[in-house]
Amino acid sequence: MSLFGIPLLLADKNATFWFPAKASTFAEDVDSLYMYIMWISAVFFALIVVAMVWFAIKYRRRPGYEGDSRALHNNALEIIWTVIPTMIVVWIFAKGVYGYMDMMRPPAETIDVNVTARKWNWTFQYPNGAISPELHVPINQASRMRMRSEDALHSLFIPAFRCKTDLVPGRVTYMWFKPILTGEYDLFCAEYCGDEHSNMITKVFVHEDADYQKWLAEAAKPPENPVAHGQWLYERMGCKACHSSEPDKKIVGPSFAGTYGTEQKMAGGKAVKVDENYIRESILEPQKKIREGYQNASLMPSFQGKLKDNEITALTLYIEALKDGQLTDDELGKNDDKAVAPK
Amino acid sequence: MTSHAHDSHDAGHGHGEHGHNPFLAHHFDDPEQQFDSGKLGIWLFLVTEVLFFSGMFCAYALYRSLHPEVFTFASQYLNETLGAFNTGVLLFSSLSMAWGVRCAQLRQRTGLVICLAITLGCAAMFLGVKAIEYTHKWDLGLLPAGEYISQFLQPAHHAGISPWLYYLSAVPALCVLGFAAWYVVAVTTGQKRTAEVAGPLLVTALCYFLGVFVGIAFQNAEAASKAAEHGVAEHGVAEHGVAEHASVAHDEGHDHAGDERDDVMLVSHSDVPVVPGAPELAAVDQAGGAGVFFSIYYCMTGVHAVHILGGMAVLAWLLVRATKDHFNEEYFGPVDYVGLYWHLVDLIWIYLFPLLYLIK
Amino acid sequence: MSAVATEPTHSHYESNEADNFLINSKGVLSWALTLDHKRIGLMYLVGVMSAFFVAGILALVLRTELMTPDQWFLTTQQYNQVFTLHGAIMVFLFIIPSVPAALGNFLVPVMLGAKDVAFPRLNLGSFYLWVAGAIFFLSAMLYTGLDTGWTFYTPYSTQTRGPVVAATMGVFILGFSSIFTGLNFIVTINTMRPPGMTWFKMPLFLWATYATAIIQVLATPVLGITVLLLAAERVFHIGIFDPAYNGDPVVFQHFFWFYSHPAVYIMILPAMGIISEVMSVHCHKSIFGYRFIAYSSIAIALFGFLVWGHHMFTSGMAEVTTIVFSALTFTVSIPSAIKVFNWLATMYKGTVQLTTPMCYALSFIFLFTIGGLTGLWLGALSTDRHLHDTYFVVAHFHYVMVGGTLVGFLSGVFHWWPKMTGKMFSEFWGIVSCWFVFVGFNLTFLPQFVMGSRGMPRRYARYVEEFQDLHQMSTVGAYLLGLGLFVALGVLLHSLRSGKKAPANPWGAATLEWQCSSPPPFYNFQSPPTVNEPYDYLPLVYRDADRGWEYVQQTTPAPKPVHV
Repeated sequence: MSLFGIPLLLADKNATFWFPAKASTFAEDVDSLYMYIMWISAVFFALIVVAMVWFAIKYRRRPGYEGDSRALHNNALEIIWTVIPTMIVVWIFAKGVYGYMDMMRPPAETIDVNVTARKWNWTFQYPNGAISPELHVPINQASRMRMRSEDALHSLFIPAFRCKTDLVPGRVTYMWFKPILTGEYDLFCAEYCGDEHSNMITKVFVHEDADYQKWLAEAAKPPENPVAHGQWLYERMGCKACHSSEPDKKIVGPSFAGTYGTEQKMAGGKAVKVDENYIRESILEPQKKIREGYQNASLMPSFQGKLKDNEITALTLYIEALKDGQLTDDELGKNDDKAVAPK
Repeated sequence: MTSHAHDSHDAGHGHGEHGHNPFLAHHFDDPEQQFDSGKLGIWLFLVTEVLFFSGMFCAYALYRSLHPEVFTFASQYLNETLGAFNTGVLLFSSLSMAWGVRCAQLRQRTGLVICLAITLGCAAMFLGVKAIEYTHKWDLGLLPAGEYISQFLQPAHHAGISPWLYYLSAVPALCVLGFAAWYVVAVTTGQKRTAEVAGPLLVTALCYFLGVFVGIAFQNAEAASKAAEHGVAEHGVAEHGVAEHASVAHDEGHDHAGDERDDVMLVSHSDVPVVPGAPELAAVDQAGGAGVFFSIYYCMTGVHAVHILGGMAVLAWLLVRATKDHFNEEYFGPVDYVGLYWHLVDLIWIYLFPLLYLIK
Repeated sequence: MSAVATEPTHSHYESNEADNFLINSKGVLSWALTLDHKRIGLMYLVGVMSAFFVAGILALVLRTELMTPDQWFLTTQQYNQVFTLHGAIMVFLFIIPSVPAALGNFLVPVMLGAKDVAFPRLNLGSFYLWVAGAIFFLSAMLYTGLDTGWTFYTPYSTQTRGPVVAATMGVFILGFSSIFTGLNFIVTINTMRPPGMTWFKMPLFLWATYATAIIQVLATPVLGITVLLLAAERVFHIGIFDPAYNGDPVVFQHFFWFYSHPAVYIMILPAMGIISEVMSVHCHKSIFGYRFIAYSSIAIALFGFLVWGHHMFTSGMAEVTTIVFSALTFTVSIPSAIKVFNWLATMYKGTVQLTTPMCYALSFIFLFTIGGLTGLWLGALSTDRHLHDTYFVVAHFHYVMVGGTLVGFLSGVFHWWPKMTGKMFSEFWGIVSCWFVFVGFNLTFLPQFVMGSRGMPRRYARYVEEFQDLHQMSTVGAYLLGLGLFVALGVLLHSLRSGKKAPANPWGAATLEWQCSSPPPFYNFQSPPTVNEPYDYLPLVYRDADRGWEYVQQTTPAPKPVHV
């Protein structure tokens, strides 16, 4: 792109110079208040700059001109230029409050999506149990985000929807919106959370209702190939955040690569074989056995009630298939043409 | 804080009226201006101290309103008698300090030295009692939230003097020895002024131990009375001994064999309201939730104790100056300002005591 | 006008050269252990400008990395450490101390006709606390690199590796430097005003300094306890801020911003004080609306304590709370607007000299107005939900802190440079520097408003491609800005070597500091200064470039202000 050219590369054709697409009901209100403040400010700014330049020129020191250095005062003027700005900011404040209260009060009927943020990815869980790393919402219906953070502060920001709310560990926070434009929009983390904060980006997809239902049904269906299913779960249930699939890469807990079938030493001295039983126990009662060297790591939460038996099997098969961290297409059943390898 | 300079860099040009007062700083026109400046200065400093503590008072208010049952429960581990004793000690020290200001104003040199010595001694006694309180809690596992050991899970622990106390008392013990030696040397070599400083400092260091003994005495008395009231206190022994918590200091060979006097749980289960609080309280406590009270307790009393120590250092400096006859009716500012500071330190304790010790 | 010009009074300004405070005593120790407020001020000046230089280079590093959306030469972790360092050094080591400690220390006693501040040893102590804090702070951050951002939000700051405790203890020490400076100024201004100088006969720079000092004394202790508790959280897990121990991260934000919002008024009020002085002097016109400007300084200081929540509108606070904070935030904007209008009115019917200080002052008005107005977008709740934590905020605070405080600081440095050093500087190159700074600054930060409203979040080492053009524009501007600042520095340093000797009163100002020689003797005044109206220029007449402006005897008192 040319260096000083007007930025022409827009995220989507609906964006304007100042704003992203007006993709939610909030956008109109926010953008219009933004522009009102813009115009008011422009007027005052112009007045100030013009006065400044005018006075600097008109009263400049030059031969033959003698200014009057005596003090001037004008109480009426002082009052006017106090009262008028006050009235203006009160109006701006009021308009801001109305817009805000609308943002804070979701309608009675909303589609609730559970959002989990962790360093450094998002997980969205839909009402039918489907889980996705991206946000899918239907057009013209209110969606409400029910948000939790697993570690640090995060913030869910969708510029096209003009809304943003922090995710605070230890609490649940909420945010609602109603999309009005189909398309694909950016979703950013807007609260600094460490190394990969700027990569904690995902997408929001606004669907027509029929498409949305179709997507939802598909998303609830895991891949048929069990190994691919295991990988699918690995990426959606939060395992990925703490257990790497690459050999020797430790995130919080032990890496899965090449671990299946090996003997591992536990804290307290006992050696245990990593097999189906051990994996199952680690998922359901993680505190029962802790690997040597991981006594001080953050505790793994239990997945009792969160993973069904067939899902635990799938995960086990996936872990078994992970030898050196690379899974062949065969193993993923790609050639079965059904399983989609998630990104 | 104040700047009464004997500085050498004034050339005494045209403003040299400080003939009669060697402590009038060159940049002040007269002693009144210097005194007013110092007074305003110390008041501003006290305002900053109030704001400094206010953060912790806010944290206290917030967490108490969020977890009132935790605060009520945990507060019972604080010995009210010791707290009250300490309050009395500090109040008395404020009295001796105020008296000291008066002595300075009236040029009563000996009086001033005695008053400063009493103030210092009271401060040291306060710290001695605090040392007992702290070390006793450390033994019981009453630690900040992250390290807190649940009182419902705690296996048996001991009575008697905490080993931590020996570590804490090392410095005061050294002070006693050092000041004693200094005093003896000063007296035998006839240095009266030095002896006048060394003596009070020796007494101060000894007062720390006096405070320790008072603390032990009160604590034993309370344990005895509690044991008498409740018989053998219950131990909250957990079914799964949580391994990490086994490393409590009491393992280091203190004799609790056959020790019937169980000041183990200063609060037995029967002191805690059974319905509806108890099961929740136990859960909260076992999850470490009660630790937040002790976090706030240690932060507030700890920062307060640091201010006592700082005050003691400044008082010692005043003591030295007093023995050198610096103070008189025209120049007593420093004593006045330190007095104000000391009153604030006392006042803060007056707030801390009911807020921490007297929660029912 | 009925002042009768008679024989010029015997000049106050001839002095024994050897008494000049810069040379009256020699050697490193005579500076290191000085109690002379003027020397302390100059040491601060060198210190803060060095800190500014370091943090400025870091800013250029950041902007250079941001030329491309993907990684260029910094890993994300390094980027995070660089923006933390940039922010922390700028806020704690440069902006907060800059005007009060560097210029204020020099000027406050002299403007009062006094010989020193109330507590000279405390003053030197403040300086060394600054140095200690700086060493502590910088070495902590450079040792293993701190990546929490200058705001230290929990729980990231309790979880991350890195010297959080050491850095926060550095901040703690620096806080005391600030507190003691403020305390010193309050007492000095309260008790050491000369006879005849009532509150409303003080120069406005002193009003601004006083208001700033109030904030320093009241707000900074809260920062102290906050960082102490943060350190305790990390070391002892006290469970106040860390959710892992049942603490609440939002409580940290409340504690932190309770200080840090008033802190921004510590940053801007002294610069506004400078502008009041510079505008009046360089327009040779008594300040318009003296009392309004004075009262607005106090109003800003007080209201500034009530608005900290506007940094936390999206943090999950209750609705009522956010609404109250929003309302209060708008109240704080009004006094600043009043000042801007009064400054402009000061130009009316004056005699405007476009000197370097005046150019910077006019830049200040332009840039600070933009900065202040953009605060309106952020104070309004609905727009803030979109703009919070985006580049819009970054642009806003740079407009007020750089376009406001830095530009005001430069205006002041140029204005008082002849007084402090006894040298005049090159006006031509001074004005050149002003233009480069002005153009470069706007080019750097105007695009960032657009980026922000388009959704570019802040503290991002990588970004989506659509923002690249704007980022590149911003980077070019940053280099221009840097260049302008280098020119400014060059002008000042060059003047030390080859500048013309400055007269006592080169600009024709009426405040007391111009009644002594340039530079002043170490005892400040050869003879007791005459307390007068600080903005009454009638008794002053211009002689020539060598003698500057001088007082002539007045046989009638200064006329009362004329109603327009």
